[in-house]
Amino acid sequence: MDDETSVMEQPGIRIQTAVRNEPVAEAERQAITIRTANFFYGEKQVLFDIGMDIGENRVTALIGPSGCGKSTLLRCLNRMNDLIEGANLKGEVKVKGRDIYGPGVDVIEVRRRIGMVFQKSNPFPKSIYDNVVYGLRIAGQRDRRQLDEACEASLQRAALWDEVKDRLEESALSLSGGQQQRLCIARAIAVEPEILLMDEPSSALDPLAAVKIEELIYSLKDRYTIVIVTHNLQQAARVSDKTAFFWLGRLVEYGLTPQMFTNPKEKLTEDYITGRFG
Amino acid sequence: MTFLCALSVVVALIPLAFILFFVLHQGVPALNWAFFTEMPRPVGETGGGMANAIVGTGILIGLAALVAVPIGVTCGVYITEFKTSRLSPAVRFAADILNGVPSIVIGVFAYAIAVLPFRRFSALAGGVALGVMMIPIIVRTTEELLALVPSSLREGALALGATRARAVATVILPAALPGIVTGVLVALARVAGETAPLLFTAFNNRFFSTSLDQPIGSLTVQIFTYAISPYEDWHRQAWAGATVLIAAVLLFSLLARAVTRRLERMHHG
Repeated sequence: MDDETSVMEQPGIRIQTAVRNEPVAEAERQAITIRTANFFYGEKQVLFDIGMDIGENRVTALIGPSGCGKSTLLRCLNRMNDLIEGANLKGEVKVKGRDIYGPGVDVIEVRRRIGMVFQKSNPFPKSIYDNVVYGLRIAGQRDRRQLDEACEASLQRAALWDEVKDRLEESALSLSGGQQQRLCIARAIAVEPEILLMDEPSSALDPLAAVKIEELIYSLKDRYTIVIVTHNLQQAARVSDKTAFFWLGRLVEYGLTPQMFTNPKEKLTEDYITGRFG
Repeated sequence: MTFLCALSVVVALIPLAFILFFVLHQGVPALNWAFFTEMPRPVGETGGGMANAIVGTGILIGLAALVAVPIGVTCGVYITEFKTSRLSPAVRFAADILNGVPSIVIGVFAYAIAVLPFRRFSALAGGVALGVMMIPIIVRTTEELLALVPSSLREGALALGATRARAVATVILPAALPGIVTGVLVALARVAGETAPLLFTAFNNRFFSTSLDQPIGSLTVQIFTYAISPYEDWHRQAWAGATVLIAAVLLFSLLARAVTRRLERMHHG
């Protein structure tokens, strides 16, 4: 891991320019730290000794062939794997310094702080408005004005407001696929999470809708730490600051995205990103 | 093959056609406004109606719904949402067994728990009997429809910080609601036509009654009583009653479809 940190300190990378005037410790702030994470589905081990730091307000892409464990790792970060019987994580996952698998941790609280957007958009069969404020309502927010404001702000940030502002009471299922996915993003950010996990958020969308999602991801990183799983290497190259390449449940290489794509250190990474397998 | 299938359809439809034809043929001429608004007349006097029984059937199936819907839906939720529980296959099995229990036996059961302790036939006991009959239907309908709700919705709610119970109540059940409502209406239509469970629970009442702790009339029991009587006029009344019952069941089915369609439109834009 020390290796990775030194890479980040190298000058000339765009993420560095923004933080140059701040203390070095600020620049190194990590949102998530993963240490020796081993993950099992029953007897079967699917993640081996994963260790990585995920920087705050960065977009981190997890790439690799199907079944390499990248989605599993993502779902470890908000404990969605708890839902699967026999799922078991050994190791440490700290979010903002707190072990989310530690004793006495409230899973509900963890999921509230760490939003998630899924591969297939999953709006609830409710109105657009009710979808966006769902998380706030279950958190106990009843004040209509606050809900209205949060709804507008989230939809604005998800670049959907102009398209739906006159039809907030209509069913969310009347939206197009791309709009539905942006609605799911708005719904996730309405609860003001610190971290946003995205599991192939644009893989089910047409290219134009996918571009919109990418632009959105780019605009959201000022406020959120984003971890995105993607099969689309160009997408990883376009939106992410750092990229992690997984292979058979192991983290092969993790570094700054431009570097990973132009000058990978590992042969395996190079073979994958040049399309020799995958 | 096609011919055989068509033949089977015809054979299956013949009894329905005959039943409808005979009931309507005999019942419609016997129907009049008085049948719906008037009380049964004493033997020997012609005319009168079954207002008490019509209202009684309404009250009975209302009570049945009150008994069965909360229990049935909760059980259905339990089976689908808590699959890991060792109890849920048992609940499912129990529901299937209960579905196969003859209605007269359910009547005896309701007699034992809701009549004997109070030493009195009552509408409430009849409601319990019909409700018990409805429970397995509602359990299975709820279960099937909840299973159809995509798991992505469940995950979406949980990822936003919903507890499991909250996710069920706010996302999963509402998504399955149109189907569950249909299931409930269909179950109601089915038990509305039951006679056996009422014979020694709600009993019968020749007088107009809406009190739940008193015996109450019902269309089915009234039809039964009139049909086995030796009086020509009562036979006519029984046919009219059968017509009303069939019409009511049909109406319920149509209502079920209308409600479903409406809820679905609301949900799916």
